[in-house]
Amino acid sequence: MNRALKHCAAATVMVVASAGVMAAGYGDARIVDPAPGWDHLWREVIIDITVIGILFALMTAYFIWRYRRVPGGPTVGSGPTLSTAAAIGWVIIPVFVFMADDFFIAANGWVLWNSYRDVPADRLEIQLESGMYSWDYTYPNGAHTQNQLIVPAGKPILLRMTSRDTLHNHFIPDFRVKEDSMPGRVTYLWFLPKEAGKEHIVTCAAYCGVMHSYMAGRVIVKTPEEFKAWYEASGTAAKKSS
Amino acid sequence: MNLKEWIFTTDHKRVGVLYLIGSIAAFIVAGVMALLMRIELSSIGPTITNNPSSYNVWLYAHGAVMILGFQIPALTGFFANFCIPLMIGAKDVAFPRVNALSVWLFYVGVILALLTFFIPDPPDVMWTGYPPYSTITTGNTALYTFTVLVLGFASILGGVNFLTTIAYMRAPGLTWNKLNIFVWCVVGAFILQLIFVPVLGTAVTLISMDKYLGTHFFDPTQGGDVLTYQNLFWFYSHPAVYVIFLPFFGVLFEIVATFAKNKVFNYKAAVYGGIFGIVLLAGEVWVHHLYVSGMVDWIRVGQMVTTLLISVPVGLMLISLVGTLYKGSITFETPMLYALGVLFLFLIGGLTGIPLAVTSLTVHLARSYYVVGHFHYVMAVAGTFSIFAGVYYWFPKMTGKMYNEFWGKLGFWVTFVGTNIVFWTMMDIGVKGMPRRYYDYSQFPQFEGAHQLMTIGAVILGIGFAIALLNWIIGAIKGRPAGNNPWGSMSLEWTTVSPPPHGNWPTPPAVGAEWTPYAYGKS
Repeated sequence: MNRALKHCAAATVMVVASAGVMAAGYGDARIVDPAPGWDHLWREVIIDITVIGILFALMTAYFIWRYRRVPGGPTVGSGPTLSTAAAIGWVIIPVFVFMADDFFIAANGWVLWNSYRDVPADRLEIQLESGMYSWDYTYPNGAHTQNQLIVPAGKPILLRMTSRDTLHNHFIPDFRVKEDSMPGRVTYLWFLPKEAGKEHIVTCAAYCGVMHSYMAGRVIVKTPEEFKAWYEASGTAAKKSS
Repeated sequence: MNLKEWIFTTDHKRVGVLYLIGSIAAFIVAGVMALLMRIELSSIGPTITNNPSSYNVWLYAHGAVMILGFQIPALTGFFANFCIPLMIGAKDVAFPRVNALSVWLFYVGVILALLTFFIPDPPDVMWTGYPPYSTITTGNTALYTFTVLVLGFASILGGVNFLTTIAYMRAPGLTWNKLNIFVWCVVGAFILQLIFVPVLGTAVTLISMDKYLGTHFFDPTQGGDVLTYQNLFWFYSHPAVYVIFLPFFGVLFEIVATFAKNKVFNYKAAVYGGIFGIVLLAGEVWVHHLYVSGMVDWIRVGQMVTTLLISVPVGLMLISLVGTLYKGSITFETPMLYALGVLFLFLIGGLTGIPLAVTSLTVHLARSYYVVGHFHYVMAVAGTFSIFAGVYYWFPKMTGKMYNEFWGKLGFWVTFVGTNIVFWTMMDIGVKGMPRRYYDYSQFPQFEGAHQLMTIGAVILGIGFAIALLNWIIGAIKGRPAGNNPWGSMSLEWTTVSPPPHGNWPTPPAVGAEWTPYAYGKS
């Protein structure tokens, strides 16, 4: 048991040290667009939990096989009686290992979180009002669309969201982003459309009633020139009708 | 053995069995709801109903009934009632009549929940009941409110009863550090229930007041706030996860120690670090259910840290549990198979929860099938497997008879395979963007194959559970006599006859200085 404890202690030091090194390295490269950042952190966390999971599963499987009752073998277990120091060691060391990993993940999660919440200054700001069962977008020049969010490629898009009836959630799986909209509060999300000519599904991710699963829309990405032409035309149309 | 004796019983074991029967009935109903949903989702568009409302009612009933009607009553009703007095060497609980009242209230709650299928405009508010939808729907939100209140009241009565029983009615010589881990887990679970159930009661009462009495707690046009409800609801409902987790992990400790014939590894770490660590952290993590609900940013980051830290006490408990296998003498009867199965399901479920603790990863994962897959692994299926493990384990004590070992093991393997087909697939398509609570996924035709696979898995899962249920019924009727202690356990409940008489022991037991429930090879 004492040897196992020493190995654990050595492993702890290594995990803490490597977590520190990796967190420091990661902090330098500030991600602006959260979507690729999401993919990066997801991969990192999946590797982390897969390693832990496989180690733990292998150890459990080994114990199950190694200590199975065999004919002629012991019929009662002989698990160790821990000294006070060993008992405390078996708390302190795992706690440090777990906390090191927790803080490593939390630090990286926080960096990514900041890029989700810090909206670039050169953004296009669009108002969204959700309702059963549609998305209504209003552009700065008064242009209005329903269920079609038309955006220029390469421009950060900020949605300021509210709802006219119940909870809805503007989820764009391709941009790894979602946030609730609700009556009485204004929430926001932003994303960066990159490729002109592409369409991305928008779907409701907060249960909002009978037709919840049909509450869908599209993000339609245009080239900046195409967008400009559409935007000016719809803006003028909006002014005329109002 | 007539019906009147059972209904008016104050014997903790009979109250426990009543809880078991009620919760298994709830499990069957909620399980059928799950199958109906899976069949509906086996193809894009309408399959067995063209009314999304029917699907939403199944979804509501599946969640609410599984959690409030099956898992919590089975764990804190059946197992606590049946085992606690026996494990601490008491004749009964401290307040037997209060105990009877709580099981009656539980049945009232189950009947109210089942009324969902008979009244017009049944509740369709999901088990969470979020306003404004729950206050504007034509569905019957009041039924949801009253079901929750009645079941919550039963829980509070149980909490007072069991904490008193454990504090004051332990056998002579049975000190706190000799208690079964399961008893400690129940202590932890009921502390949580007593603190947090009133919050849930408040929340669901306020939505019905908003809907029927014209108050405006959650109505922003009159100065109310939508988010308040979500905070109140999850302030209870996250601790409720530990109300399920703690007793089911306690059951695993009893089974693993008995079938490994081994002492619990680092007992005090599991109790004071694990169980009480969870009790301390339980109330500080609820915001991880609200990561994309529009809360202020600082609390979304702060509770990411507290949520990740839950891995510390849970890890300590896992180390103790797996450590109990170390240098054991392990046999693999049905209860042990289920318990070991839970170890692997819980490992998958626990680790897949780590990305969900991270606020920024949750921005994509929240409200997707990934979440559904995760919590089924970690709580729904792991908890249910533990309940099945425990029922198999105490079956000989409860009935005096033995179940069929072959069908028991077969049932386990069928269920285990079905579980992984359904919930692994679910997490996979969740990461790819499949949102939950969808009656129709015509926007996501690429997931049709995965949905069909899950439907097949769900049918396999259903068959596995049906095998276990039939095994119990047949075993209870015509199983061979089991004897008083078929597993050779050291724990006190096995020292009396099977099934134990009213009052449990002719002379109350006392325990020696060297005895613990896990002191194998010492006497």
